[in-house]
Amino acid sequence: MQSDSLIDALAQGMSRDRILTSDAARAPYECDGLTMFRVRPRVVVLPETQDEVSHVLRTCKAAGVPVVARGAGTGLSGGATPHGDGVLLVMAKFNRIRAIDPVARTAHVEPGVRNLAISEAVASLGLYYAPDPSSQIACTIGGNIAENSGGVHCLKYGLTVHNVLEVTVALDDGEIVTFGSQAPDSPGLDLLALAIGSEGLLAVVLEVVVRLLPKPEDTKVVMASFDDIEKAGAAVSAIIAHGIIPAGLEMMDKPALAAVEDFVKAGYPLDAEALLLCEVDGTSDEVADELAKVEQVLRDGGATELRIARDEAERLLFWKGRKSAFPAVGRISPDYYCMDGTIPRKHLAHVLKRMAHMSADYGLRCANVFHAGDGNLHPLILFDANVPGELERAEAFGAAILELSVEVGGTITGEHGVGLEKINQMCAQFSSAELQQFHALKAAFDETGMLNPGKAVPTLNRCAEFGHLHVHHGQLPHPELERF
Amino acid sequence: MTDFVAEVSARLKAGQSIEVIGSGSRRRVGPPRSAHAISTRSHSGVIRYEPTELVLTANAGTPLADIEAMLAAERQMLAFEPPRFSADSTLGGAVASGLAGPRRVAMGGIRDHILGVRLINGLGEHLRFGGEVMKNVAGFDVSRLQVGAFGQLGVLTEVSIKVLPVPEVEETRHFQCSAEDALAHVQAWGRQPLPISASHWREGSLFVRVSGTERGVTAAVKTLGGDAVTAVQTLWQGVRDLTDSIFSPDEALWRLAVPPTTVAKAFPVRAMDWHGGQRWTTAPAGDLSPFAWAAAVGGHARCESLDRPTATWQQALPAGVARLNERVRRAMDPQSLINPTQQG
Repeated sequence: MQSDSLIDALAQGMSRDRILTSDAARAPYECDGLTMFRVRPRVVVLPETQDEVSHVLRTCKAAGVPVVARGAGTGLSGGATPHGDGVLLVMAKFNRIRAIDPVARTAHVEPGVRNLAISEAVASLGLYYAPDPSSQIACTIGGNIAENSGGVHCLKYGLTVHNVLEVTVALDDGEIVTFGSQAPDSPGLDLLALAIGSEGLLAVVLEVVVRLLPKPEDTKVVMASFDDIEKAGAAVSAIIAHGIIPAGLEMMDKPALAAVEDFVKAGYPLDAEALLLCEVDGTSDEVADELAKVEQVLRDGGATELRIARDEAERLLFWKGRKSAFPAVGRISPDYYCMDGTIPRKHLAHVLKRMAHMSADYGLRCANVFHAGDGNLHPLILFDANVPGELERAEAFGAAILELSVEVGGTITGEHGVGLEKINQMCAQFSSAELQQFHALKAAFDETGMLNPGKAVPTLNRCAEFGHLHVHHGQLPHPELERF
Repeated sequence: MTDFVAEVSARLKAGQSIEVIGSGSRRRVGPPRSAHAISTRSHSGVIRYEPTELVLTANAGTPLADIEAMLAAERQMLAFEPPRFSADSTLGGAVASGLAGPRRVAMGGIRDHILGVRLINGLGEHLRFGGEVMKNVAGFDVSRLQVGAFGQLGVLTEVSIKVLPVPEVEETRHFQCSAEDALAHVQAWGRQPLPISASHWREGSLFVRVSGTERGVTAAVKTLGGDAVTAVQTLWQGVRDLTDSIFSPDEALWRLAVPPTTVAKAFPVRAMDWHGGQRWTTAPAGDLSPFAWAAAVGGHARCESLDRPTATWQQALPAGVARLNERVRRAMDPQSLINPTQQG
């Protein structure tokens, strides 16, 4: 009956038909892009106005009910996994582009606007929105802010945090405040930076002003094959050492190439141990200069084959392969699990070698795609959830990869977020005092802990239990794989 | 643990308040500090610099000059061009003040380049946030939060920062025009994919810098037109470090950050940078009108004269945001021990 009084209270501030309570209506919201975690939310609400969002938050705060905000649900870390006792706040109806200012080069949008829809809406003005996560066709800008999403052009154009000027948010008590501004900076603390990437723990995004960039006059991509992954890694460093910051710099290993080529027919060489895609953009003259340099560096670095996309169609085909890596791997394996560690690039060869050993030890295949320019690895662990034990092995393998990333001085997540998925590995990356500091910051915004509870920052108890788990795992067949 | 870290931690753990400065060169912009402030200058030195990783990590008290010399040897730079108000202006001070030079319009500010920090919070705990990699979304972005916080949230001890290659070629062009025409020019150019890396207007002169490859710059100069400029180094250095005489008016100097498309006539303008996003004006001592001018156009103002009244160091915040600022500060320093003179 508790549930009914909550629904009555919610219905006082918004239409009852946008409060979903039936099993059938709630079922589609059970998970986000990390489908191995499923929870049916107690209630799903689809507000249409900012007042309704404030009302939902006030109501839930008064009732002590958790709230999880959700955009398109494409996130890969379980950040939008519902809370079984909570309200799932679906922001999909906030899908209007409110204003485009071509002179200031800004777009003022609602959080449910899709990432790609922004670039599409401003294309005729010669402008675009730079961050381009692989899910850009579906993911929303509100979700991008929650996760500080990246994409394949981050090294040169930055992440979400570098491309958002202002956000208006609802706080836990429904109060609406604005962080940032359309001026280059704002007085006081940079709460905009704190809000971006906060995984829905601090506030609910209501409006966003993004920065737009002029579309480059020219873009060229070169594809380089290597017979040794170490050489490919060294070539990446050499490009940067020559003073070039490519617009995109991606690497794929042999298993990834095989999966992708079979799927997309992008013309990737199947005998290569590693493939680099290096994109340069700018004015035609700049591109010509940089391309010549890049070719020389790659050749000097031992590339066995170099191909420059002849035209725009071929350039897009080269990229299509890379951008299709996840579905391509999905075709060759019943299930796959995508990881997201970032490492200092100099450790690439070491990390890939260690991962190859782990792959053998866990008895699971692994394909690697890699934002090589910025050190962000996406190992795809292949498994079959129908084979008893494989899911658990995949999770353990993934966890070991993340801990390896921390060990070499990197991080457990470059762009997918911690969510539920990597919450245990937070205990490996941060000390108790650091985690406590995160909790204190969370409480500064949300004293009762009602916004997306249990995500992103583990409790110290959880870390203590995780420590025990580790010891327990130490008795499993692969004790040599455990590290702290 | 160095003496500096040990001393600061011990004092905070003992519940004693502490004031911290870098070299003290940015007093003209920050909140007031008393004569008892401890300097980070003893906590100096570059810890790691790996040119091909595009990352440099240094202790907070390291002079920017040392860092920039080290970078220059590898043809790299701090792309946000932090102003150096003295020869020993520190990296920690650059983070705390959040200031940037002319290249900010193209490359972003220090918030866009910071990758990680170590800091001592109000409990005397030495903590690490972020790291030395380009992409890192584990935990809240506490390192970026330090930029422009003027040391309200902790004592910075170590900073990791992204560095970038120095452009192959740079050229500056000059145009004679009003402030209004200058804005129209930079707005039109800003919509095109031109490699513009700085713009500065003052007294009927617009200066525009382009950076890139040799052919790229030559082509951009052709598109832009204008006249060649001599003494380019002096010009941009003076704009960056505010040593140019334009920044030493008879009246009080004010800096306004405003939406770049704000009309030229919105308030009297002495100079402009960042395609109109940063504007300089003057007012008689004690006249606080620039706060109202900035607020009217959605920006903020700061008096940057050394003898300015304490109350003018920052524009008032909207109530909801002010309350969150205070709560975030308390989350990092519950007993208000760090730099207490600037609070309230």
